[in-house]
Amino acid sequence: MIAELGLAALWLAAALAALQMIAGFMAVRDDGKGELAGLIRPAAIIQGVLVTLSFAMLVWLFAITDLSVKLVASNSHSMKPLIFKLSGSFGNHEGSMLLWVMVMGLAGALIALVERRLPERTMNATLAAQGVVALGFYAFLLLSSNPFERMPNPPAEGMGLNPLLQDIGLVFHPPTLYLGYVGLSVAFSFAVGALLTRQVTPDFARAMRPWVLGAWVLLTIGITAGSYWAYYELGWGGWWFWDPVENASLMPWLAATALLHSASVLASRDALRTWTIMLGVVAFSMSMVGTFLVRSGILTSVHAFAVDPERGTFILVLLGIFIGGALLLFAMRANTINEGQRFALASREGALVFNNVMLSAILAIVLLGTLYPLLTEAFDVRVSVGPPYFNPVGAIFTIPMLAVMAVGPLLRWRQDRVDRIGKEIALFAALVLAALILFSLLAEIALLPLLGLALGLGLAVASLLPLRGRKLSRTPLATWGMVVAHFGIAVALIGMASESAFTEERLAAVAEGGSASVGPWTVVLQGVEPVAGPNWTAIEGRLAASYNGGEARVLTPQARNFWAPPQQTTESALVTRWNGQLYAVVGDRAADGRWQLRLWWKPFVTLIWYGGLLVALGGVLALIGRLLSDLRHRRLAARIAERRADREAVA
Amino acid sequence: MSWRLWVPLFAFALFVGLAAYQLTQPKDDFVESRMVGEALPYFDLPPAMEGVEGVSNATFADGKPRLLNIWASWCLPCIAEAPHLESLQEQGAEIVGVAIRDRPEDIARFLARHGNPYSRIGRDDLSEVQLAIGSSGVPETFVIDGQGVIRYQHIGDIRADDVPVLLAELEKVR
Repeated sequence: MIAELGLAALWLAAALAALQMIAGFMAVRDDGKGELAGLIRPAAIIQGVLVTLSFAMLVWLFAITDLSVKLVASNSHSMKPLIFKLSGSFGNHEGSMLLWVMVMGLAGALIALVERRLPERTMNATLAAQGVVALGFYAFLLLSSNPFERMPNPPAEGMGLNPLLQDIGLVFHPPTLYLGYVGLSVAFSFAVGALLTRQVTPDFARAMRPWVLGAWVLLTIGITAGSYWAYYELGWGGWWFWDPVENASLMPWLAATALLHSASVLASRDALRTWTIMLGVVAFSMSMVGTFLVRSGILTSVHAFAVDPERGTFILVLLGIFIGGALLLFAMRANTINEGQRFALASREGALVFNNVMLSAILAIVLLGTLYPLLTEAFDVRVSVGPPYFNPVGAIFTIPMLAVMAVGPLLRWRQDRVDRIGKEIALFAALVLAALILFSLLAEIALLPLLGLALGLGLAVASLLPLRGRKLSRTPLATWGMVVAHFGIAVALIGMASESAFTEERLAAVAEGGSASVGPWTVVLQGVEPVAGPNWTAIEGRLAASYNGGEARVLTPQARNFWAPPQQTTESALVTRWNGQLYAVVGDRAADGRWQLRLWWKPFVTLIWYGGLLVALGGVLALIGRLLSDLRHRRLAARIAERRADREAVA
Repeated sequence: MSWRLWVPLFAFALFVGLAAYQLTQPKDDFVESRMVGEALPYFDLPPAMEGVEGVSNATFADGKPRLLNIWASWCLPCIAEAPHLESLQEQGAEIVGVAIRDRPEDIARFLARHGNPYSRIGRDDLSEVQLAIGSSGVPETFVIDGQGVIRYQHIGDIRADDVPVLLAELEKVR
């Protein structure tokens, strides 16, 4: 009964999306005079409620492990801890798509409820576009990936969730990224709406900006969390592999970063109109392309499990309709949109345009590297593109971008002179040069990590300069947000560079009681014991690690064997100090009874994720700042309208 | 100016075309060994359990073609292919096994339950031999001629239809 209720709610929500789309486009055509125009907002709101109900039903099915539902039977298991039962509801294709449409439905309902700044016609066009996108995803769910499908002969026990995914980080990682993708879909709808009515105004940018900011914050958190998960769960000691799945999340982030900055220019200076529209389309298309590449399996590596080509085809068709349609509209409409205000090269806008161009170039490089294997495979050549391509080629554009990022925020809007901020530029250059010389004298470091360290240190200082001479308590939250985010980029950069410059690795076969050392650490293997969890058994190594001969800390890395489904995973063990992490993995036992130990000492590696979190925090500050000032404007406008009405009444 | 506005759409159309083409292509996830046609590299594996002989590359140099079967007791498809290995053996093929990352007691239990078609079984604890001959998964079966040269690779479990194919490949190099 629960499954049927969920399915019925989903069908009704799809019908409302269709209504929202048709009524929206009719209202745009006859300028809101038609009878259907009044239905658009209610349709969006009720749709949000229904699709949330549908998702709640799915979570309920997983919570009670209803094995007559195919999705539950093939992804859950009655012995699984409750939190992983719940996360199992979106740890699979069907459930994650339902989560996606739910978030999208909620976003649509929220816009319909609160957004009143834009002209009603543009608003109708925006909601119509949102209806098209939502309808596409409903069709996808209902026609090819129904999460509520029943099984005629329910099995006695479920198949379980992939043990790699039974991790608390993974409970939050996919929903965070999805929320981000959906935020970009809202930005896309705004862009299409503005393009349809040719009203690309600062108001449009202000209405779109919170969505882009929110999406960007969530993508940042999602990528940071995903990177940390890969780092400690996969047991390979790396934090970024340029894997297609990782690139699929990085590309929307790059586009969203560019969009964020160009939307700021549009909102405060009424410039970069068509460019902002273009980025709005590109940002969402990157999340769709990413989803397509991951889901269709056309880029999966060797020994992947079978993927469903039908689903890939479906996403490709959706992609073609959404993005192809938007780009066609763009090609036909964009030259009727005025480019907006002009500005000098040496200005805040100039620096932001430079940053945009660089970000777009990096995006193009990542996209090309990700798609390249697909291209060569068409000619029967199998290649894999990895760090030797991405790192140096990406750096060509990242380095100038970081340099401009250090000084750009100090420039004034519209027109400025570079020599006005000569001192600051000199300070930044001196810091970078000093760090370059110092590090190259102290240690032998490869070029890229060396540049990363120097630029990171320079940027860390330069990013704080916009606060200089300001009263900190009266500095707008949005400015704080920018400073914190830029500082976070510097921190993450230092972490990345330090990890690749100073990491030490040790692979040793150690007998019980023996020891191995890596960097400043000495690790003693005290013993190896079997341990058991709720749905796994493992061998656990007891390691005593001491830093520079200090007090020993006990680590317990495990090699786990899950039995439902059968799979082996490594649980690494970490010791975190302020200046880095010790990373330990226990491997197989060799024939002579010694155990394989893999140890890494990674100085300042944690800065990568702290930096990521700082970037996200900056985004949150900016978002709060923008929302508060919106609220203030709204109250002010209401009060002015009230006074005017009073005065008219008196008159 | 306006032709530039069509560039994104054109690039996107290229992507969609490429992706659509790739979706229609049958996906081939098999990694074929580059060692087919090459001589077996040097190796010398200890016996996988008591009562069997180990395997070395010299085993294959006596003029008789053999099958080299990469398997493991923990591998489910290996159970599925066990009866077909038996029928290959009954039809005159000599099968040499290499057990990957396995334990003697598990191997003995597996053979007691599913039959033992092997003339020898070597124990490859680190997948050394497996990697050296270009096998990327378990199970895989190689046809080795009498001079110890790899002639044919079968990826995945052996099904009923594969039995005559493997016998024919063995006959070819006899």
